[in-house]
Amino acid sequence: MPLVLTEEQSMLRDSARGLISDKAPVAHLRQLRDGKDETGFSRDLWKAFAEMGFSGLLVPENFGGSGLGYVEAGVVMEEIGRTLMPSPFLSTAVLAASALSRGGSEAQKSVHLPKIADGSLLAALAVDEGTKHRPLQIGLQAVRSGNGFKLSGAKALVVDGHTADLLIVAARTGGAAGDRNGLTLFLVDPKAKGVAVERTVMVDAHNAARIEFSNVEVNADQVLGEVDQGGVLLDGVLNIGRGAVASEMVGLSEEVFGRTVTYLKERKQFGKLIGEFQALQHRAAQLYIDIEITRSAVLKALQTLDGDFDHAGAAIAVAKARAGTTATLAVQEGVQMHGGMGMTDQFDIGFFMKRARVCQELFGDSNYHADQLARMKSY
Amino acid sequence: MSDLETFRRETRAWLEANCPPEMRRPMTSESDTYWGGRNAKFTSEPQRVWFERMRDKGWTVPDWPKEYGGGGLDRAEHKVLREEMAAMGARAPLSSFGIWMLGPALLKYGNEAQKKEHLPKIAAGLIRWCQGYSEPNAGSDLASLQTRAESDGDDYLINGQKIWTSYANYADWIFCLVRTDPAVKKHDGISFILFDMASKGVSTKPILLISGYSPFCETFFDNVRVPKSHVVGTVNRGWDVAKYLLQHERAMISGTGERGIGRPLGQVAADSVGSDDSGRLDDAMLRGQIATFDIDEAAFAAVAERAIDLAKAGQSHPAFSSAMKYYGTELNKRRHEILMSAGGIDALEWESDRSRGGARPRAWLRTKANSIEGGTSEVMLGIVAKRILDLPGA
Repeated sequence: MPLVLTEEQSMLRDSARGLISDKAPVAHLRQLRDGKDETGFSRDLWKAFAEMGFSGLLVPENFGGSGLGYVEAGVVMEEIGRTLMPSPFLSTAVLAASALSRGGSEAQKSVHLPKIADGSLLAALAVDEGTKHRPLQIGLQAVRSGNGFKLSGAKALVVDGHTADLLIVAARTGGAAGDRNGLTLFLVDPKAKGVAVERTVMVDAHNAARIEFSNVEVNADQVLGEVDQGGVLLDGVLNIGRGAVASEMVGLSEEVFGRTVTYLKERKQFGKLIGEFQALQHRAAQLYIDIEITRSAVLKALQTLDGDFDHAGAAIAVAKARAGTTATLAVQEGVQMHGGMGMTDQFDIGFFMKRARVCQELFGDSNYHADQLARMKSY
Repeated sequence: MSDLETFRRETRAWLEANCPPEMRRPMTSESDTYWGGRNAKFTSEPQRVWFERMRDKGWTVPDWPKEYGGGGLDRAEHKVLREEMAAMGARAPLSSFGIWMLGPALLKYGNEAQKKEHLPKIAAGLIRWCQGYSEPNAGSDLASLQTRAESDGDDYLINGQKIWTSYANYADWIFCLVRTDPAVKKHDGISFILFDMASKGVSTKPILLISGYSPFCETFFDNVRVPKSHVVGTVNRGWDVAKYLLQHERAMISGTGERGIGRPLGQVAADSVGSDDSGRLDDAMLRGQIATFDIDEAAFAAVAERAIDLAKAGQSHPAFSSAMKYYGTELNKRRHEILMSAGGIDALEWESDRSRGGARPRAWLRTKANSIEGGTSEVMLGIVAKRILDLPGA
């Protein structure tokens, strides 16, 4: 398959860009942050997303979605990255929709997927517990109790956890920390007894929560996939999330870079445009090359998810690691080349730096994925 | 089944039947490369067989028109052939500056007589070419070259000196940049000309490099007589040809290195450094360097694939080969730094049989030229800054 967008994918990009740049420029995020908005995103805009078919992009057609692929999800994520639009797209339309489509029973799918597609259900995936992303270290306990389980433990960095109508919780039903076996995913109602959600205001003004579970009772039919065998399902869903966040970082990097190059062509010092200085020209050129390479690696990974899902691990590790490194460089160079202006809150560039830091950490940073790749290659 | 799938199936079958097993192993030394030319000798029987079968199919130059000895494949078919050859590890049957550099320039700028004369001989490996570009005082600033061609009836008399002429001492012909008008702006008085290295007045002197090898020469011209009909393109417009050819040279150099072939670099390192109790390369910092390298290498393979697909879709920037050249060569230098680190003490031997004559350190030193030859990394970044990013300044 050619490593370029198809005509249909380019049209999707154009329509996403049209909506997002019009309704949700960076000023939109700034307004939500400064107004200490309770929700942290615009429900009206999410409705518009649903009407455009974006919320159901990954939902199969027989459940009311458009049944598109991960490349298409990446196309939308990239546009979100350009303006830093806070939206449940990642948590609900990408992660939850994938988890349900890939692991859900017919009953679970028919209950939840149509509501994701029409925008009426928000969902969140709860995986991380410690300081760093270590999915095999999951320790949240699910102990058998009657016909179901009791969940106890705590989750952190649950994206959009504060507004979710449905939580997908990765828990340990067997094995010890570090084991792939013994992981199980559960569908949990955040209003259930024993669930305590604390919204965490984040550095990037995006939305996340810490969630505690104290003897939360769930039924057997709330198990997503198979008991003890959730590791494979979780791996797949995380890989989808990684590809999506990598796409967001490509959009973010390109936007920061574009703004920085524009500034190099406007700002004068020593009687010259600063873009005339070779010290800056070469750094800009290196960053451009890095972004082009990363864009290619991310598209490759998404195409591999679409075409050969079970063998996409290496391509995803490459994409997420590259995207994290590239975005980190892009925002650092962006702030540095904007000089003092880059340090001001009034200027947008700092928003990109903050978001890049969160994206780096989401679902494993560059170091994590480099180590994963080394393990896959047996060294 | 689509035509392309049929082509893939037939190509795979043909390669399986015709590529000798010895030609499916990674190259380990310079003698594994067949360069062709008047004095060429095959170093093995499989090398000869493989070359001749590919030549007869036109697949030494698969995408050149059939009338000039090529295979007449379109871009999509050519990509399939490359993929199928890579999949079985098939070696290039013929390596040649005629294929990588001169051929594309002749196809674009040459007249019909020049194409008919030179292209089939390149395709058949009959003539080995060298490139007369750099001079002692014209390196990165190539357009300031001083080798002059003075009119003498129907001929030019060429005088001057070239340097870093790859394999000039083995080459049969040279494609050369000469100054045909010294009175005008430096870019406007250059012509691109072809001549026989056996001409009276041509001499070469190999340059001993830090690797201990002499792949480059100084090349001297003392009243070399060349017919004016050997100019490619318009007289004094040779810079256009030179730049076009450089794009191909840069694309060629960016692909340098043995990407993705053979054992993973981390395992090669573990062979010499050792593994810890959990089976991991027993040098955590080196492991991290290799993993980071592997990530960048895989990502670079993706951009190389994308560059071809973008070109096919007519969406590529002509200066993008400079971006590829910059990154590809820096990556290859990193690979060899890692190989030296992984090789440790063993990689320091220069002559022993044990070290295959110091193959690893010599290869390491050779790669240092990658970011200099064909335009330095700094020149590449300058081109990207100006031509792609449109940053201001000369």
